[in-house]
Amino acid sequence: MDISLQQVGYSYGRNTPFEKRALQGVDGTIKTGSYTAIIGHTGSGKSTLLMHLNGLLKPSEGIVQIGDTQITAGTKAKELKAVRRHVGIVFQFPEHQLFEETVEKDIMFGPMNFGVSKEESRKRAHELIELLGLPPDTAQKSPFDLSGGQMRRVAIAGVLAFKPSVLVLDEPTAGLDPRGRKEIMELFSRLHAEENLTTVLVTHSMEDAARYADNIIVMHNGHSVMAGTPQNIFGDEETLASFGLGVPRSVKLQRVVEKMIGRPLPVLALTEEDLATALARAASEEGDANA
Amino acid sequence: MLEKMIFGRYIPGTSFVHKLDPRSKLSFVFLFIIAVFLANNAVTYGILLGFTLLVIFSSRIRIYFLINGLKPIIFLIAFTFLMHIFFTKEGAIIVDWKFIKIYEEGLRQGIFISLRFLVLVLMTSILTLTTSPISITDGMEDLLNPFKRFKLPVHELALMMSISLRFIPTLMDETDKILKAQLARGSDISTGSIKQRIRAVIPLLVPLFVSAFKRAEDLAIAMEVRGYRGGEGRTRYRQLKWHWRDTVALALLGVLVAALVLLRG
Repeated sequence: MDISLQQVGYSYGRNTPFEKRALQGVDGTIKTGSYTAIIGHTGSGKSTLLMHLNGLLKPSEGIVQIGDTQITAGTKAKELKAVRRHVGIVFQFPEHQLFEETVEKDIMFGPMNFGVSKEESRKRAHELIELLGLPPDTAQKSPFDLSGGQMRRVAIAGVLAFKPSVLVLDEPTAGLDPRGRKEIMELFSRLHAEENLTTVLVTHSMEDAARYADNIIVMHNGHSVMAGTPQNIFGDEETLASFGLGVPRSVKLQRVVEKMIGRPLPVLALTEEDLATALARAASEEGDANA
Repeated sequence: MLEKMIFGRYIPGTSFVHKLDPRSKLSFVFLFIIAVFLANNAVTYGILLGFTLLVIFSSRIRIYFLINGLKPIIFLIAFTFLMHIFFTKEGAIIVDWKFIKIYEEGLRQGIFISLRFLVLVLMTSILTLTTSPISITDGMEDLLNPFKRFKLPVHELALMMSISLRFIPTLMDETDKILKAQLARGSDISTGSIKQRIRAVIPLLVPLFVSAFKRAEDLAIAMEVRGYRGGEGRTRYRQLKWHWRDTVALALLGVLVAALVLLRG
């Protein structure tokens, strides 16, 4: 499901003394099957933008096109529910949305709202509990008895349960320990490949954006200022710095190494593994040249 | 979604009304509420309305914004108006159309009671819009101080009030966030039968309660950690000062009351 944004603008609290412009003239395309990262500073409009991706907010100006549905300022609430079935959002700290008596029921909430049968919803809940690596007896527990990390997984399952074709993630790893972060990010990466998802990741982490995304949109002060592949975006360190953003650690280290050996490496190392491979190749070439 | 609500909101400013001491504003509003009930004819209601508009004008808050934020209450006002129109059966009949009969007294009462309602709500909104929650509680604590003699826990009451006021916007934001998360999971509170709509509120209320309790606990711990131990011997950073303008405001209110007493029928 392609998503395209055309000159999207949004203001909070219109016509009140608290009016605040959050987005202006945002353009962007999210192709079916792509893994898009939206990066930007705090307050750059990332979170506001992502709420446009399933009609939680309607643009004050411009058009949001989601598949065949066009959302503008005048779109009726009824049409939006259909869109939400296809675009699932995992919000920041999604565990705050848990409310049911049991984990199973909470996961079933989404699919049953979208008209999936009870049996099918229950089946999916159990599949997801397993997929997310939760103990099987979790299903009948109260979600409020789980640990923070487990609650996060249950909440994520609650979104995956209605099988959205586009999955939007708002800093899904905020507040997790490094191991938990890695597990969750790897899980989304696997889902993206196996379920043919279109994934949109809003993140502060340049490393995550570089490692997982194939398309990056940079937001700054409510404007979309850069868009392209991670190679392009992180290759342009100066422009990024002007928006208060840096490059992934591996790229930083690559620049240091390049200075030391006095020549650039042929590729941009988006991950630590890339850097290691590039360095090994450079070293063996050096060896060949010396021999 | 909830961003248009204006209850408990404070708009910083430097107008005459903003600069008043919270104690004078609180007593002003309290006395005004009593004074409203003095009005009983067209002239006195006119004066009340004029006075309210004067206060709104001197607070420099845009009327459009006030009216927009008062929409839910305007519904209530309309309801009272209709109740009076249809259920008062005194005076001459002015409309007689099929089964609808409207009496002169009903119309009169309807207009007056709605006006009374409107004036009260506008005035109290102006109070909260121009006074920061902290000042309101400071003023309240100060005004209630004499009641300490009767074992009224004034400081605790003021603290409770300031905490509740402080958390209104926080809980509003929280509600908005949870609402969006549940909407994204296909929950729907704006369509369906009444029963369905009530059921749709549960996914909103449970997380809200959970987080409110968690916040309360965190706050209690944070306060204890910083050595909070009640009001005994506690001094204030913000000192309240009575200015000439506070006297002027109360004097104006005195003029209003005098006018109402003289002109009421």
